[in-house]
Formats: sequence, C-alpha cells, structure tokens
Amino acid sequence: MTSVRVAGVGLTPFGDHGDRAGRDLFAEAAAAAIDDAEIDRAAVDQLAYGNFMGALAEQQGHQAPLMAEAAGLDCPATRYEEACASAGVAVKAAVEAIRAGTADLVVAGGMERMNCLDTGEATEALAIAADELYEVRAGMTFPSAYALMAQAYFDRFGGGRADLAHIAVKNHANAVPNEYAQYQREITVDDALDAPPVAEPLHLYDACPITDGASAVVLASEEYVTANDLDAPVEITGVGQGGDRLALQDRDAIAETPAATEAAEVAYADSGITAADIDVAEVHDCFTIAEAMALESLGIADSGEGIVAARDGKTTPDGDCPVNLSGGLKAKGHPVGATGGSQIAELTRLLRGDHPNSEHVADATTGVAHNAGGTVASAVVHVLEVAE
Amino acid sequence: MTEENQTADSEPASYDEWLDAIAAGEGFYLESPAGVGSLPPRRVCPETGSTDLTRQPLPETGRIETYSVVHVATPGFAADAPYVSAIADFGPVRITGIVRGIDPDAIGDDEDIIGDEVQLTVEPRETTDDRLVVFSPIE
Repeated sequence: MTSVRVAGVGLTPFGDHGDRAGRDLFAEAAAAAIDDAEIDRAAVDQLAYGNFMGALAEQQGHQAPLMAEAAGLDCPATRYEEACASAGVAVKAAVEAIRAGTADLVVAGGMERMNCLDTGEATEALAIAADELYEVRAGMTFPSAYALMAQAYFDRFGGGRADLAHIAVKNHANAVPNEYAQYQREITVDDALDAPPVAEPLHLYDACPITDGASAVVLASEEYVTANDLDAPVEITGVGQGGDRLALQDRDAIAETPAATEAAEVAYADSGITAADIDVAEVHDCFTIAEAMALESLGIADSGEGIVAARDGKTTPDGDCPVNLSGGLKAKGHPVGATGGSQIAELTRLLRGDHPNSEHVADATTGVAHNAGGTVASAVVHVLEVAE
Repeated sequence: MTEENQTADSEPASYDEWLDAIAAGEGFYLESPAGVGSLPPRRVCPETGSTDLTRQPLPETGRIETYSVVHVATPGFAADAPYVSAIADFGPVRITGIVRGIDPDAIGDDEDIIGDEVQLTVEPRETTDDRLVVFSPIE
C-alpha cells in the first residue's frame, strides 16, 4: 500500500465573504493548494468535496462538478456530507482512493457559505444535523445540543463555565497571528464569563462563529511525489472514522463522544502511533465543551480531565500538547463543510514549519486532526507525520 | 394499553401516532426481546437487530438527566424562547422535550434541575401550532 503525502494546502480567509458565490470561494482555496503543490492541474484524478448546507444557503445541490469546474479540474467529483465532518470524510475518501491505487493525485476539501443567512436562518440550517423528529421538533438547536452535553459533563465530572472560558481564551490567543482566522484578537476569561447566554451553560464566547470559507489539500501517492519531484514532507499515516446514534437521547453516554474514541483508535492503529506520540492536535471545538470531550476521546486527556487541560496549561502553546494552534473553530471560524480540510491544511503548515505558530511545535513530528459531525454521531480522525 | 406486536401483519407506529398516544395518556415505547427500548418509527431494534418489537407502556414519570436554558432559538421557536430544553430518563428510553411550569430565568448556575421528576405531555408550541413534547415538574 502506497503512503499518502500532503503535496499542497490552500485556504480562503475565514469570515464574512458577503455576496461571493461558493464556487468562487472554493476556486480560491483550490488554486492556492495547487500552487502550493506545484502540480499540473490536468493531472488531478479526483475531487473529494465537503459541503453541508449549500442546498439551503445557496439553493445549490450537485455541487461537486460545479466546484471541479470552478477549480479548473477536469475529473470525476463527489460531494461528501456528514454535517460538520463533511470535509473530514472527503479527505478520508481521498486517502483511501490513493491507497487503493485508484488515484495518484486527489484534491480534497470543502466550502460553506453561512453569512448569506440571517442568524435565525443559520440556526435553523445548522439544526438539521440533529434528529428532525425527536430533537429539532422538541426545540433543540445546535448550541443547545452541546449545552445539554456540557450540563451532563458538569454533572458527571465537575468543572464549570470558568474552565470552558480558558479554552476560548486559549484559542482566541492562538488565532491572533493566523492570517486566515476570522477573529485575530484576544479575549479574557471575564469577557467569556460576561458574554450573553446562547443556550446555558454556553454563552457567546463558548460558540464558534458563523463563517464563510473554503479549504483544499492536494494529496498524492508517494510514487507520484517521487516521480514528479514534489516537495511533500508531511504524510497522512492514519485514518479512522466512528459512528454513533444520531440523537443524544439515544446515546449510552451524553457527556462523552464514543464515535471520536472509535475513530481515534482506528486511526492510531492504522498509523502505529499511541496517544503519547501526539505532539500537536487540531480538534473540533465548535463549542468549548467539544474540545474538552475531544481531548478525552483522543487520549490527550484522561476521562473527566479534558475540561481543565487548557486551564492547567497542558494544551496551551507552551504546554505538553498544544491544541488548536490555528485558533480552532472557535476563533479561526467554522465554515461547516470546509472545516475538516482546514484542519489538515493547518496541521500540515504547523508540521512543515510555515505556520505563524510553528515556533511552538518546532520539534513536532506527529499531529492529529479530529473532525466531528453534529453532536459527534460521526467523527473522523487523521494522523499526520513528518516523513522526511 | 395492551401489549401489541407491531410487526408481521401491522405497519410500524409513526412519530405522529406516538404523539397521539402520549396526548391520550397512553404513551408507549418499543421493546425488543432483550429488553432494549426504542422509539418509533422503528422496524429493527437498533441495539440487537431484532425485528420482534412490541409496544410497552411508558413509565408514568421520568427524571431530568440534563438541561439547557435556550435563549437563541430557531424561527420556529422564537416566541417560546427563553425555554428550558431537557433530556429526561424514562427508564427504557430517554426523551427530549421542553420543561414547562418552571421559570427559565430562575434556573441559573445556582439552581440545578437534574434529577427532578417530570410527567410527559404533548402541547402546542407558543410560536406555531406544531405539537411539542412537554415535561411538567411533579411537585
């Protein structure tokens, strides 16, 4: 089985792109990735593209061939949809295609437009990732679903709003030098604690923003990299996906994310690493509590300890395992269907040494990306390692 | 209500029938032979794979397992906000609904309603005429 290299990465700035069409956003990210990889776009075998709410936001279905066209790619294209994990499963599909020998060169990534909706419409569109009968009709929103998980976590393991505030403060500070981040500004613990409530116990600074943006990565087989003399020092060595019941009410545990635990176990076995090998991680912090639960599923923190990892300095830039040096979904932004690709792009930059925050992980050789759908009814974990 | 096998010669119960039953005071869940509970529409037990699902009466009361006071609602719940969203444990199944009969503004960091006993009813939303799963605290 061939190894899979990250040959290039590309991002749009994350934020409010006004009237720009989704196809234009993806074209920008894809062009940046293709330039970074220094490949001939005619050689691309497939496009694996993630998008969640395009049918609601832009009344645009059947997006994959449109995005291939916008990116100047003449190849088969497939859209992957797994809510907030859409681009994560698109990257996974690209890795599997290269490993299977059905492709040598694949562009993967995603795009989301959300600011063309008002807050109510965006809240409604995000809610469709939940169970329509038993959750949405019962008044559940995306923030309130994570609020139910947070309250259950507090009840089971302890911790509280101040612990969550430290996660938001860390990720905002990390975003300051990141030119792609939606919020390049610091906040304080008091800012987070004093912010208006969205769905208690979660307040405004516990939640990721509404974001437009696109991500793309060029993945290539090791043989293609060698034959074409590409500079691709980072390798995707492990891939794993996990699943769970869609509705929170049907899960064995509400304060844990077993789908992510399963995804991590599969990805670590695939790559031959253990949690102790992880030097740096990008995790799916759509809400602050989500980062706490992600760390526990990934084995970066013990059960019940994820919530204090930022406060204790374990996951800060100078900690044992810096987490979300990009700023995370919280401060970098969360264009839902693009996020999984953005995590791979940011982790690659961090490991290559060309990320504004690379200085904090100068000796890092192993990184993990954790991308989750909905309330983690689906999860994808990728292991990235420096190959040379 | 009596036990009723929903398989073989009968169609599985729908979500609307489930609401109708709760409204009539005859709330039910589906049970597989291993004792696993689930909610309709369901043809297969999601845990065991059994297709032998029988209707069983829901316990009269449940206990709140987790909750959130929702301030930012979807347009379909705009007039309901702020409201208390909760998941309540009814033994064989958990159910998601809105807690009425308590003041959302009185629930904060200091007051915890986890473990409180509730009854299950079906009432209209305040924003629309859509039916809503409602939990009522038992004094």
